[in-house]
Amino acid sequence: MTIANKISRILDYLKRPEKTSHFAKERLQIIIAHERGTRDKPDYLAALQKDLLDVIAKYVAIDKEAVKVDLERKDGYSVLELNVTLPEGL
Amino acid sequence: MTKIIVITSGKGGVGKTTTSASFAVGLASRGFKTAVIDFDIGLRNLDLIMGCERRVVYDFVNVIRNEANLNQALIRDKHIKDLFILPASQTRDKDALTLEGVSTVLDELSKTFDYVVCDSPAGIERGAQLAMYFADSAIVVTNPEVSSVRDSDRMLGLLSSKTKRAEEGREPLTEHLLLTRYSPKRVARGDMLSLSDVNEILAIPLLGVIPESQAVLRASNSGDPVILDKESDAGQAYLDAVGRFLGEKIPHRFIEEKGNWLKRLLNFKEKETV
Repeated sequence: MTIANKISRILDYLKRPEKTSHFAKERLQIIIAHERGTRDKPDYLAALQKDLLDVIAKYVAIDKEAVKVDLERKDGYSVLELNVTLPEGL
Repeated sequence: MTKIIVITSGKGGVGKTTTSASFAVGLASRGFKTAVIDFDIGLRNLDLIMGCERRVVYDFVNVIRNEANLNQALIRDKHIKDLFILPASQTRDKDALTLEGVSTVLDELSKTFDYVVCDSPAGIERGAQLAMYFADSAIVVTNPEVSSVRDSDRMLGLLSSKTKRAEEGREPLTEHLLLTRYSPKRVARGDMLSLSDVNEILAIPLLGVIPESQAVLRASNSGDPVILDKESDAGQAYLDAVGRFLGEKIPHRFIEEKGNWLKRLLNFKEKETV
């Protein structure tokens, strides 16, 4: 074993493993923000969005992200908000 | 006025039953008449942690089905006079717990008890939903680990919508974060989410930090809740948490790495060289 090799092994031994807790925090912040956004919304919303997209796609070429369906509850009533972004030039 | 407390977490194995047992003992030691109920139907374990497994004759489901009355099913704690345990049933019938049944039992307990501690099962099935439904306070038990924090956040969502208080539009229940199995050493090394990380993500008031401790396993081995081990770090941390729950101002402990000046100096040097 060369001296350089030995030194590198000693250095490896002394090196601390990479810190990971900041990955945990970042991943949690992203996934939790996403899940809070869909919380308390009925399960049919995703299916409704897909059906609407299919209907619109029969007439206009739109992209998957172009239809947004949102349900908002205010005191006493609910608002179903439908937002369709049509491509330019139509 | 009886206060109903749910001990919940979503994820299993984070310390709900350990916390339920210690909290119930802590409240009863302060002179409050306390009942602790195991909602984990089919997987009864609170009796073991409380050390009364051989005295179980009737259980929660027997009471709900009118096969026994509440006084027959309540087990008097071996250590503390004002503490009673209502064990879960070992039935495999998932529908054994009913909303009406739970409501009747809690109403009856509310006539004579100061606190009712509900030990929730893991998951978000019926047992967990019923354990939280009537609660006035929730203690969310969380480990500094990604899956536990995420599940705790989901439980917070359920607590704000699927409880009686929420449905009736009353004042929401009070939420408390209890961070368990915390290791300041691993936090310092950058291997574990810190108290402030978890606090920032979940954003509910902190009730306490229970350090990772050998005393917890020792306590469960012997069936004496860890809060009775007053010499231990975990026992003291639970005593503090109960005090805070009752409104006392107690500074947080066990959140900094212990160690002498030499160790800290060495750590400092190590950090410099990396």
